[in-house]
Amino acid sequence: MWRWLHPYAKPEATYRLNKKLLPWFAIPGVVILTIGMIWGLAFAPPDYQQGESYRIIFVHVPSAFWAMGFYMGMAIAALSAVVWQIRTAEWAILAIAPVGAVLTLISLFTGAVWGKPMWGTWWEWDARLTAQLILFFLYLGVMALYAAFEDERTGAKAAGILALIGVINIPIIHYSVYWWNTLHQQSTITQAITRFEKPSMAPEMLWPLLVSILGFLLVSSALVILRLNNEILKREVRRPWAQTLLLKENR
Amino acid sequence: MYFDSFSAFIHMGGYGVYVWSSMFVTFFGLGALALEASWARRKITQEARAQQARAERIQRAKSASTQQQSGQPS
Repeated sequence: MWRWLHPYAKPEATYRLNKKLLPWFAIPGVVILTIGMIWGLAFAPPDYQQGESYRIIFVHVPSAFWAMGFYMGMAIAALSAVVWQIRTAEWAILAIAPVGAVLTLISLFTGAVWGKPMWGTWWEWDARLTAQLILFFLYLGVMALYAAFEDERTGAKAAGILALIGVINIPIIHYSVYWWNTLHQQSTITQAITRFEKPSMAPEMLWPLLVSILGFLLVSSALVILRLNNEILKREVRRPWAQTLLLKENR
Repeated sequence: MYFDSFSAFIHMGGYGVYVWSSMFVTFFGLGALALEASWARRKITQEARAQQARAERIQRAKSASTQQQSGQPS
């Protein structure tokens, strides 16, 4: 497997693979996300307790879920970067971090505007909310540390180590609603999927939510692919392969 | 369609501000990432162009000076 996988660590090979993969993420991503949003906003029934306000769930849950998911992706890149010192993996940290930070910010903002009408407060130092805020600072910290050193590779190593230490926060976010009985509710999806006989969420609401989650994954992945290709080209702009490729573009 | 009218859809049963501001922030955030990526790409292309132009200038200057030298017998 390593023999087959290793050539992809070469920046040029990664670039070409990314270019091939991009339309398979971007196009279905935009389509599926649009379907999920229209379905959730206009066609799903209102909640019997929360009325229409619950429709925030269709952006809140996917963004919060993938904020954690992309952190794990970034941590895998960081592990490859720190252990094998693969440059492409270092750049992947830089490609994922801003996307993850934006997803985390979206989840925090949508949580606040959902909390105001339902809980009566924009913010509470609840375990789940605080852990998610720490996730946001971890993303910012990784980006800042990467840029903090004169030698880029030193910065990449430091940022990678911080990303790996920060993994501890992911199970904390996930289990925070079970370990501490504070304001944030427990996972509805887990209960909806694992208990078929008595699901916690109506299928008319669950399906658009699952579609939105898939849409968020594809669109965010497309953004990571775009960013990673940019990071590769930025460093390789003097290499002949990048030169010929860039000069062919008429912009 | 669950809503009776477009205005009911915008109003969201009184939660319009909360629902639509969430939507705005979400798509503003994702859109900003996409725009930033396309700007960065354009900048890299410009840099490649500038490099090529510089390489050509150096080449021209070099060939001009060698022609001058060969034209003058020592």
